[in-house]
Amino acid sequence: MGAIYVLWLRELKRYFRSRAQIAASLGQPLLYLLALGYGLSPVFRRGGEGNYLQFVAPGVIAMTVLFSSLFSGIQLIWDRQFGFLKETLVAPVPRLHIMIGRTCGAATTALIQGLLVAAVAVAAGFRPVGVGGLPLGLAFLALIAVVFTAVGTTVGSTLRDMQGFQMVMNFLVMPIFFLSGALYPLEHLPVLLAALTRIDPLTYGVDGLRGALIARGHFTSLLDLVVMGGLAVVLTLVGAWRFSRIEI
Amino acid sequence: MIVVEHLTRKFGEFLAVHDISFQVERGEIFAFLGPNGAGKTTTIKILTTLLAPSSGTVRIDGLDPTRQPTEVRQRIGIVFQDPSLDQNLSAWENLELHGALYHVPRKVRRERMQALLSLFGLWDRREELVKQYSGGMMRRLEIARGLLHTPRILFLDEPTLGLDPQSRNQLWGHVKRLNQDEGVTVFLTTHYMDEADRVAGRIAIIDHGRIVSLGTSAELKASTGSATLEEAFLALTGTDIREESGTAADRMRMAARAWRGR
Repeated sequence: MGAIYVLWLRELKRYFRSRAQIAASLGQPLLYLLALGYGLSPVFRRGGEGNYLQFVAPGVIAMTVLFSSLFSGIQLIWDRQFGFLKETLVAPVPRLHIMIGRTCGAATTALIQGLLVAAVAVAAGFRPVGVGGLPLGLAFLALIAVVFTAVGTTVGSTLRDMQGFQMVMNFLVMPIFFLSGALYPLEHLPVLLAALTRIDPLTYGVDGLRGALIARGHFTSLLDLVVMGGLAVVLTLVGAWRFSRIEI
Repeated sequence: MIVVEHLTRKFGEFLAVHDISFQVERGEIFAFLGPNGAGKTTTIKILTTLLAPSSGTVRIDGLDPTRQPTEVRQRIGIVFQDPSLDQNLSAWENLELHGALYHVPRKVRRERMQALLSLFGLWDRREELVKQYSGGMMRRLEIARGLLHTPRILFLDEPTLGLDPQSRNQLWGHVKRLNQDEGVTVFLTTHYMDEADRVAGRIAIIDHGRIVSLGTSAELKASTGSATLEEAFLALTGTDIREESGTAADRMRMAARAWRGR
C-alpha cells in the first residue's frame, strides 16, 4: 500500500509543479467551450435543441479528462526514456501496485483538470440543473479518468518511444473524442455515425455526465454506469497485464 | 550468492549474452569487465529481474529472478549505468520515494538520507529539483540512492562514469565499508581497470557475450603475462573499438558484424 501512495503522490507533485502546462492544457477546452458554445448556440437554438453552451459543457469537461488521463498514462514512455521507470520496476513491490499507484495518480490529476474546466464553464454561464446530480457527475468523470488512464498505460507499455505518439493522437484520441457525442446530440444521426458512437467508450461517459448535470441523457444512467464501470475494470486489467510485460 | 549457469539472452538473432556461467560467493566483490556492447548490462538486467533470460538458469541467493522477482528485488540494490532519477522531484524527494518503495522505516530512512547526502556532498542542495543538477551531481545522487537501503547484493553498473576522483574515492570507500562491515556482496562493472584492480576480489572479462577469462587480478595478469590489469584486458579482448548497441539498428549492425566474424 505504501508504494501505491508514494507513486500517487509523485504524480500529484509533478502535476502541481507544471503550472505552465496546466494553463496551456486549459487553452483547447476553453476554445471549444467559448467559440463553439457561443458560436453554435444560435443555430442550436433555432433547431429547437435549447442552449448549446449548456449542452456542450459536459462534453468539453469530459474531453479534458480524456486528453489529460490518456497523456498521463502515456507518460510511461517518458519515464522509460528518462530511466525513472527502471527505478520503480526493480523495487521490491509487485508491479500491480506500481501500476495502480501510477493510474490513481494520473486519474486524480485528470479529474482535477476536468474540475478546473468545469469551474471555467460555470463562469462562462454553464448551469447544472441541480446539485443532486453532482456526485453522480463526479463519479462519471472519475470513471472516464480511470478508463482512459488504463488505455494510456496500455499504449505506453507497448510503445517504446515517442515516435508512435502522433499516430496514437490521430488514430485513437481524436476519433474517440469526435465520435463520442461530446459535441452533438446522439439522436437522428446517420446510421454509420450512430453505430460508431455506440462503440466509443467516451460516448457513455459523456452521456452519463450529461444525464447527471443537465438531465439530458440519451441512454439511462444505469446503462452508462454499467458500461463505464465494466470498461474501467476490464481496461485496467489489460493495462496491468501489458505493464507486467514491460522489459527494459 | 549468485549462481549463473549457461545463461543466454538473444535480441532477435543477436546473442547479447552467450552461454555464460559463473558464481559469486557471499561477501565477495566481483567485477565484470568488458568492452562496450560486450553484454555486461544485459547480464545485470537479467540478474536484477528486468530481463528474462532466453535460456540457462540464474539463482540470486537461491531464488529465481523470473519466478520470484519480488523476493529477489528485496535482496538487491542497483546503481544503473544510465540515469533513473525523477528529474521533476528534488533530491530529497527522490530518496524519500526510493526509501518508501524499499520499505525502509521512516526514522532510519531520514538518518541514512542525511548521512548519504552529506557523504556525496549534496546535503546543501537537497531541496533543488534534480533537473537543475549537473551530470556529476545526478550521478552522485543516483549512487546515494542505491545505497539507501542496505541490500544483500549491490549491483553497480559503471557507477563511476562521469565522477570526479573525489567522488570516486568516496564511493569505493563506502562500498568497501559496506562489504566489510555488513557483508554486502558486490557485483560491479567498470571501464576503469585500476578501480577493479583495487576493489574486486575476482574479475570476469566478458567479450561478445562470452566470458573469456575469470580469476583474481593477479591470475589474469599472470595468464596473459601482463604487468597491469589494463594490459591483460587488452590482451584478452583485442584493441579495436566497439560500438555500443543502443538501438535496434545498432544491434542489427552488431549482429551482422558478429556473424562475419573477426
